[in-house]
Amino acid sequence: MSNATLGLELVGLTKVLGGRVIIDNLNLTVEKGEMVSLLGPSGCGKTTTLRMIAGFLIPEKGTVNVAGKDVTNLGPEKRPSAMVFQNYALWPHMTVFKNVAYPLKIRKMSKSEIEKRVHEVLTVVNLMHHKDSRPGQISGGEQQRVALARALVQEPDILLLDEPLSNLDAKLRVKVREDIRDLQRRLGITTVIVTHDQDEALSISDRIAVMNEGRIEQFSTPQELYDRPATEYVANFIGSLNRLEGGYSDGQVTSGNEVVGIRPEDVTFSKTQVPGSHAATVELVVPRGHFYEVYLKRADASLRAFISIDVPKVGDTGFAKVNKALVYKDGKLVRTA
Amino acid sequence: MAKRDNNINLQTSSLLIRVLIGAFVSFMAVFILGPLVWLALQAFSTTWTFPNLKPDGWTLIWWKRVFETPSMVQAIKNSFITAPIVVLVSAIICLPAAYAAARYNYIGRRVFLIGMFAANSFPKLGLFASIATLFYTLNLMGTMVGVIIIQLIGTIIYMTWIPAAAFAAVPRNLEEAARDAGASKFRVFRGITLRIAAPGILVAMVMSFISAFDEAQGTYLVGSPQIFTMPTEMYSLVLTYPVQIAAVFSILLAVPSVVLIGLARKHIIGGQLAEGFQIK
Ligand SMILES: Nc1ncnc2c1ncn2[C@@H]1O[C@H](COP(=O)(O)OP(=O)(O)O)[C@@H](O)[C@H]1O
Ligand SMILES: [Mg+2]
Repeated sequence: MSNATLGLELVGLTKVLGGRVIIDNLNLTVEKGEMVSLLGPSGCGKTTTLRMIAGFLIPEKGTVNVAGKDVTNLGPEKRPSAMVFQNYALWPHMTVFKNVAYPLKIRKMSKSEIEKRVHEVLTVVNLMHHKDSRPGQISGGEQQRVALARALVQEPDILLLDEPLSNLDAKLRVKVREDIRDLQRRLGITTVIVTHDQDEALSISDRIAVMNEGRIEQFSTPQELYDRPATEYVANFIGSLNRLEGGYSDGQVTSGNEVVGIRPEDVTFSKTQVPGSHAATVELVVPRGHFYEVYLKRADASLRAFISIDVPKVGDTGFAKVNKALVYKDGKLVRTA
Repeated sequence: MAKRDNNINLQTSSLLIRVLIGAFVSFMAVFILGPLVWLALQAFSTTWTFPNLKPDGWTLIWWKRVFETPSMVQAIKNSFITAPIVVLVSAIICLPAAYAAARYNYIGRRVFLIGMFAANSFPKLGLFASIATLFYTLNLMGTMVGVIIIQLIGTIIYMTWIPAAAFAAVPRNLEEAARDAGASKFRVFRGITLRIAAPGILVAMVMSFISAFDEAQGTYLVGSPQIFTMPTEMYSLVLTYPVQIAAVFSILLAVPSVVLIGLARKHIIGGQLAEGFQIK
């Protein structure tokens, strides 16, 4: 019996592929109705983790619990999860309607019930007008929605999405990710989404698990990840960072054996001196669209700053202030200042 | 000036090439179609004496004769019984093997497919002779079962190589998506893999049918004198009947191949299945 209050629980998952440990003692708890991203560079084990949740891979060690039930040794057809594949994996010989109806047909639902449910879900993803088209005849974005509909129609306890937006062009990607988030919220469906795109993860997740070489480096809300990256790896991966070796005190980089991380948006520049600011020269100004990336030279360090109003020119002198710094020792956050 | 000369040169050389190609095509046409035309005319001619360019008269008598001769009718029946059974049995045996070869370990697949190919490149008659010895002890000589088994051998290469390629071309995640949707392994094979690989399997079935239908050496060895199919009936027929009867029989022998290839071509090139393959 599935428990109404539990989402997904991964306990001590370990997976060896090709003689290499790909996933190393991974733990993750996703609340019911929560949307969680697995974020990390290509090859860090995101897909492998997702495939263990879906049942395509069986872990060497550890358990997968979905809605309070241990599904570790069940095949994918017996698990209460539904997956949206990276390249959609729609069946080319079936129409859109048949693709979406397939999971229900397997569940031996009556024809009229199937029709009703498929129409409902196709309406949700706004594809009723394409119900008799074949996958080859519709656009990438539409195929993506069919794949989503095919997963949603199963009313799964958990929805799994493997880089669902990576095959869409940039503009569509932003729209579709908002659609997915909206739908996920409305249906309250527990969701795990794999992505290597930090923007995507930051904008649609309740929480993000940042992965590195088969382990989770940090599992927090987007805000927390950004404000207090627990490791140097996470700080580098999320957002932009001035990385300086030394120590940090009184708003200045000193000598030392720590690593100081300063977000470019935490650096301000002004013509007049304010408390905590130090003399700086503008060395380079690069337009970045809605802001400028300004390279500043100070006595203690070179700093990049993101500035959008009162943008200085190359050669200008003034004062640069560091509003916030993250200090790491041995890769771990020791303090913020 | 120089440019103009060049142009003329180009024109004459392209004309020459065209004439050569034209000559080659007509030569091939005569070479391939000539005997077929001759055959078709023979089947409807009363007599055709040598120097004449066309038959001396037209008739349907030879067709009537063929369909009134019990041994010939029996041979036609036998052919149309054995060939479909061979195709079916071959599919049942070979398709799972082809699937396994396509889906599981790469080295195993190479060994399997090349093994098939090697076995097929041996002189058949030697193989048939040793099988015949075995059939004697099993009392399969002169039986339908024996004929079916012997015809099966020639179809194996088609029923493994072509479907293996077709199965290998089915993206694995289409199968995974079906598993994820709740389908058992068998159901995935039936509803997804087999359906998507269908054009390739259809081609394999057509090739197998033609192979079984045309098989003569082994069928003669194992089947005669009890069982004759159309090709083996031809052996005795050309010796004992007028040439026109042989012509009629040849045409009958060619009909299934032509019809099947035509159907398969239409189904594969024009059908919905081809359209489905445009998906990335
Ligand atoms: N079947 C396999 N055999 C051997 N190595 C594999 C296999 N599948 C994946 N890997 C390796 O596991 C690592 C993680 O892969 P994957 O989970 O696909 O990464 P991601 O989705 O984060 O890009 C990669 O280094 C990949 O090469
Ligand atoms: Mg991946």
